[in-house]
Amino acid sequence: MGAPRPTLAAGDKQMIDWRSLLQPHRIVLMALFAGLVIWCAVSLRWDWIPEYTPLAIEGAWRTIWILVVTTVAGFLLAIPLGLAQAVGPWYLSAPAKTFCTIIRGTPLLLQIWLLYYGLGSLFPQIPWIRGSELWPYLRQAWPYAVLALTLSYAGYEGEVMRGAFSGVNKGQLEAANAFGMPRFTMFRRIWLPQAIRNVLPTLGGETILQLKATPLVATITVVEIYSVSSRVRSDTFIVYEPLILLAVFYMIIAGIITLMFRRFENQTVQR
Amino acid sequence: MELILETLGLARSAELLALNPPGWGGNLLRGLANSLQIAFGAFGFGLVIGLFGASGKLYGGVVVRDLLAIYTTVIRAVPELVLILILYYVGTDLINQVSQAMGYGRVEISGVVAGIWVLGIVQGAYATEVLRGAIQAVPKGQIEAARAYGMPPTMIMRRVTIPAMMSFATPGLANLWLIATKDTALLAIVGFSELTLETRQAAASTRAYFTFFLAAGALYMMVTLFSGAIFARIEKWARRGQPSLRGTSK
Repeated sequence: MGAPRPTLAAGDKQMIDWRSLLQPHRIVLMALFAGLVIWCAVSLRWDWIPEYTPLAIEGAWRTIWILVVTTVAGFLLAIPLGLAQAVGPWYLSAPAKTFCTIIRGTPLLLQIWLLYYGLGSLFPQIPWIRGSELWPYLRQAWPYAVLALTLSYAGYEGEVMRGAFSGVNKGQLEAANAFGMPRFTMFRRIWLPQAIRNVLPTLGGETILQLKATPLVATITVVEIYSVSSRVRSDTFIVYEPLILLAVFYMIIAGIITLMFRRFENQTVQR
Repeated sequence: MELILETLGLARSAELLALNPPGWGGNLLRGLANSLQIAFGAFGFGLVIGLFGASGKLYGGVVVRDLLAIYTTVIRAVPELVLILILYYVGTDLINQVSQAMGYGRVEISGVVAGIWVLGIVQGAYATEVLRGAIQAVPKGQIEAARAYGMPPTMIMRRVTIPAMMSFATPGLANLWLIATKDTALLAIVGFSELTLETRQAAASTRAYFTFFLAAGALYMMVTLFSGAIFARIEKWARRGQPSLRGTSK
């Protein structure tokens, strides 16, 4: 952490990783794992795959789309939430804190159901909403799913950003102030970048948590990859195969998220 | 009291939430009791797995360490919902096969046991990491001193490692407990009648969605805030005798 890290670090790590894979016990474990994969491929039923491939691709796409939209929107919402809690006056920080506590204190499933069933049963009773341009969208399930997941991510990230904003070195902000930088420029150029850089690893972990929260929206009839696997299960009574593929899918996405955040971390200047 | 409710327009909500039928309050509380029971069991089961997992990761052989690394990585990368389904089917299948091999028929598995089993395994992965970090934070000299006295490993664990690591582990474990209470909501999807499912049933049959979901949210919040207070006390107790961190950190 102290000295600037040479840019070679990532490459070095890769080489060490490869060499450590070639220890005898790891080779045995890998052989066992390969055997397991082959056993799965041969003796389990995979004949349902071609029929469901188009649906699965659509579901996977929707999962990723929901994940990206809700993390970006949730993060944008988290910045004011964090800022309000870190430096805001009490009439801003108290509501922000209450919001974060409530989101973090209740299960996400309950929040999704509250929005979908609660708001969804309230809206049709209000005439001007029924007549508005938005009504065709509000009758579908996905706006509620996106809203619930966005609010949830914002709640958790608001807490993270609170710590991040108050962790930025005061001297730098004072220096910017002394240069006569406008407050918004100071925020954009100094405060926000440093805050984000400090919590990048946490954000990566939270994004994986968000990925793991996406299957919950299947309970309100949004067709994403999890509900496709449930569909296969109820149509064909094949239990394990779709679930295994589903788990592999989520692991791949989680791996991609990890790699992406590692690249972000390597791109930022190390202290 | 009734006048206040009447003026606030909450009379109907109060009626719906009454403890005795036709009110649904009793059902909600029963659901909450089920949720808490599962959360307790899963947290305890997870702690046991975590303790073994952490010792395995720190002191185990190379194979054990690799297997544990796979366990924690996989569990933490796959959504709880998917894991719950997989573990639920695996668990019921295994038990049924065993009971059929022993000559009994199919066994009905109680929701509580299934819930504790699936959530416990998920919690175990997180607990392994929390406890591993906490054990590593214990000064090595203390454990070496215990070994020099000729203490057997389990006694070292009981008398030195666990008490010394408690203060490092409590914040992480408090988080885990909160995750356990909230994860019980996922069991609603496999049809176990815990708080969230009871709420949904009550809401669906009375069409008063906001009343019931908000009431359930309030119950969960109460559990969260209450456990927060308890864990603050536990942490204070675990830190007894240690120099206060306030003042040194800032």
